[in-house]
Amino acid sequence: MADPDYLYAPYRSTIPRAPRQPLILMPETLSERTGPVFGHDAVTESCSDLTRQHAGEPIGERIVVTGRVCDEDGRPVTNTLVEIWQTNSAGRYFHDKDRHHAPLDPNFTGAGRALTDSNGCYRFITIKPGAYPWQNHQNAWRPAHIHFSLFGATFGSRLITQMYFPGDPLLEFDPIFHSVREAPARERLIARFDLGATKPDWALGYRFDIVLGGTRATFFED
Amino acid sequence: MQPTPSQTIGPFFHLCLTMNAAGARLAGPGAEGEALTLICRVLDADGAPVDDALIELWQADASGVYNHPDDPRYQEHDPAFPGFARAATDDKGECTFQTVRPGAVTGEDGALHAPHINASIFARGLLKRVVTRVYFEDDPKDPVLACVPEQRRATLLARPDSVKPSAWRFEIHLSGERETVFFAI
Repeated sequence: MADPDYLYAPYRSTIPRAPRQPLILMPETLSERTGPVFGHDAVTESCSDLTRQHAGEPIGERIVVTGRVCDEDGRPVTNTLVEIWQTNSAGRYFHDKDRHHAPLDPNFTGAGRALTDSNGCYRFITIKPGAYPWQNHQNAWRPAHIHFSLFGATFGSRLITQMYFPGDPLLEFDPIFHSVREAPARERLIARFDLGATKPDWALGYRFDIVLGGTRATFFED
Repeated sequence: MQPTPSQTIGPFFHLCLTMNAAGARLAGPGAEGEALTLICRVLDADGAPVDDALIELWQADASGVYNHPDDPRYQEHDPAFPGFARAATDDKGECTFQTVRPGAVTGEDGALHAPHINASIFARGLLKRVVTRVYFEDDPKDPVLACVPEQRRATLLARPDSVKPSAWRFEIHLSGERETVFFAI
């Protein structure tokens, strides 16, 4: 099982919020085999370029983030909504509850959306997010990350996750990253530097491939 | 291939996921069926409101058909009923959805499943979503409810609001003595 358990005490917010009862196993029904087609009409070209959503250019290091979305059998998940959100280069979210003492960037909101193409691929241009302190424990810092939200084909394939950057020294200390207990599964949350995705004279490229679960082969309804 | 693990949605998703305030409608204009307001409330183990959760609902239309081509009755679906919406909870831990009362979905064996709404809840402190179902009748015949221990079934029941007509309330206890039933899907 790749997903973290609900309760992971080093991430303190799980303590009052994690369910303690075992999940109930159930037959798969039409409710899980179907799912919404959502948000497609709201996606325009500028949605996937987070550096061109305001009058001026945002501060920071431009990057390309691209990847392929597939199911557990390796089949591309086409025409599905990919949404991302992140801090600006100083580690501050465009959000009124973010109290981190770092500047907002008037040219950067940090929200993007895109649809996967016929090969299951997506591509964003953005600014490399910053690390930021949080109150989980003494001297706690979140590693730089980009939040990802995907729907996939059915209600069962819904995924919200976070993408991290290779070589980040903060990963070792981050309880949210380490809530995924197996090292190979944690590795799947780290993007790869990809020279091929780099845009020469413009921006470095990172590849983050995503595999959506939720397609079960067993325990179907009779 | 191994699936990408889940991570928490965190407290700042609003800037991307709930910018559109009209997002809490599952029913478009002219949708068929009995209009229904569903007020969901999310509470933690101590009974404190969870003011930074995201709730997503997915349901069949008034005649029990999903707006999805894999529903065998897809040709009969109500085009004015997309059947999906999401909303963030407020400082009381609540969010409100406008929908219609779902119809009974037909199972593969031809038997009817009790009308229900499928719900996902995401929040800071939840490393992966929780999935539950909202039912409207007390203990109906239903193959999924049959998997739930009898003494916990009431956690899946919405209750009519004491003030607003056609409004129902559904409480989601993430943990604690009244923990809501969550499903492995």
